[in-house]
Amino acid sequence: MLIERQSVGLVEPQRYVFGSPQDPLVLDSGRMLEPVEQVYETYGRPNADRSNAVLICHALSGDAHAAGIHTPHDKRVGWWDSMIGPGKAFDTERYWVICANVIGGCKGSTGPNTTNPATGNPYGSDFPLITIGDMVEAQKRLTEHLGIEKLFCVAGGSMGGFQALEWALRYPTHVHSVISIAAGANLSVQGIAFNAVGRHAITSDPDWQGGHFYGTAGPVRGLASARMVAHITYLSEISLNHKFGRRLQSADRLSYDINHEFAVESYLNHQGTRFTERFDANSYIYITKAMDYFDIVRTYGPLKEAFAQMPSRFLLISYNSDWLFPTRQSREIVQALTAGDRDVSFIEVDSPHGHDAFLIETERLTRITAAFLDGSQRSRPLAE
Amino acid sequence: MPNDPRRVNYVNTLSQTDVDIIAALIPEGAQVLDLGCGDCSLLGELVTRKNVRGRGVDIDGERLVRGMSLGLPVYQGDLDDGLADFADQAYDYVILNQTLQVVKHPQIVLREMMRIGRFGIVGFPNFGHLALRSGLFFGGRAPKSSALPFEWYNTPNIRVLTIKDFRAFCREENLRIVSEHLLILNQWRGHWLARRGANLLAHIGIFVVTRRDGAPNAR
Repeated sequence: MLIERQSVGLVEPQRYVFGSPQDPLVLDSGRMLEPVEQVYETYGRPNADRSNAVLICHALSGDAHAAGIHTPHDKRVGWWDSMIGPGKAFDTERYWVICANVIGGCKGSTGPNTTNPATGNPYGSDFPLITIGDMVEAQKRLTEHLGIEKLFCVAGGSMGGFQALEWALRYPTHVHSVISIAAGANLSVQGIAFNAVGRHAITSDPDWQGGHFYGTAGPVRGLASARMVAHITYLSEISLNHKFGRRLQSADRLSYDINHEFAVESYLNHQGTRFTERFDANSYIYITKAMDYFDIVRTYGPLKEAFAQMPSRFLLISYNSDWLFPTRQSREIVQALTAGDRDVSFIEVDSPHGHDAFLIETERLTRITAAFLDGSQRSRPLAE
Repeated sequence: MPNDPRRVNYVNTLSQTDVDIIAALIPEGAQVLDLGCGDCSLLGELVTRKNVRGRGVDIDGERLVRGMSLGLPVYQGDLDDGLADFADQAYDYVILNQTLQVVKHPQIVLREMMRIGRFGIVGFPNFGHLALRSGLFFGGRAPKSSALPFEWYNTPNIRVLTIKDFRAFCREENLRIVSEHLLILNQWRGHWLARRGANLLAHIGIFVVTRRDGAPNAR
């Protein structure tokens, strides 16, 4: 009973298509994209003036399915189900929560695996490179379509945090509050390096076929390797130690076998394989590229200047064991906003779960987020 | 230690008496930074009563959550790590209430405070109080009182200072004491007689200080 009350229950993905040869989406790269399709889900209801809209931005491997279930017997709930629902952090009794698959993604929105109108075949590697800014641009069009003048909040973790920050910078007057979790003003060089290894694994897999592998199995081995490497960056030394330590996979004696000896090996292998069942290798390339390109300083100038006039309220959250997006990166932004006397809050959460903490440790995140949203209503009361 | 319920209660008990006096000291609409703000109860009161623009800093993120729900900007940080994120003379008042005695580097914190704010409000327990002195003198044990209930080995109060000590510190640091407020026998007093006897009789001192040399780094 309690579980039912807390869940948003059955949800149905929706679609919104915009853009035409006369009116394409002009990308940051200068290339054009049309038509642009976005799959999105909404939870809760809009209030009278649609001022209670909260946009949730997903991370690299996420999708529009942030909460609830798709069929009555669906065993898998949305990727942030613990955060979105009645009485949860993003309380659907109060907020109208929206989540859309990013463009370049592979979960229904226009991306490398969708049909190129020029050829009638999937884009593959002919898909134009996209940026976090392009993703936000598409989301902006979606919010206009939904009749939202100003978002009450934009929130996301990791690449979702990039999008939330980009929203604030690109459309400062269209965002009341911003929550950036385990993100920063750019992807660190270390992050780019790991992404490069992942992309290399995919493109050097002969089954990638220059990116035009649709109709075949595709570079599953390359994609699995990419995921294995990336997965390590989402964990911490503490969590790896805690989960696996040096435990052996099947015996208590060394088998001196080339195959999996340690538990962590088969875990990563499993993660890699499972990922290939749900993710497109080209999307992986495009989205990691978009993350590499993200750089607030390059696009908007020094952080202090970029954030000097921000009218939005900000909440930045970092995790002390996250080494992919260390606390320092969130604090850079906090520092810039503080220097300009902007409305910014910052919390560093003590957690052993590394970068993945924002998906795992949602209890503390709930308290922090809910309080921030409550506080945000003081300066922008919501209509009934 | 920050979550020690005794510490929380202790600070809360003190705060209840402090709120009124600090609220009286701060002008309407001032820019206020509260260092060691805990759950932002003081700052929340100042916003309600004095319409201040406030920001809170505390090491304990869990307690800051309440401040956030009041709509206050809060910042989780360790005062001992410095306050480099805050610009020179960015605030009218920087409050350091019942926090001075728990920091590792009081001198750095106080200097940072006076760099960031035009005025500092510093409140701390007076370890020179008669009861504590006599406890040490006659009992021969590390001082304890109802306001300072801790043992030497678990007290969060690692800096033991008296009213006199703080006055001397201000002289050395070239700070001008704008006003002194002393809690003597459950009443806040500030007249000269109270000041004379404060080192022996005051449980708590609250000082308003400012830099004598003005603010060389002012914006």
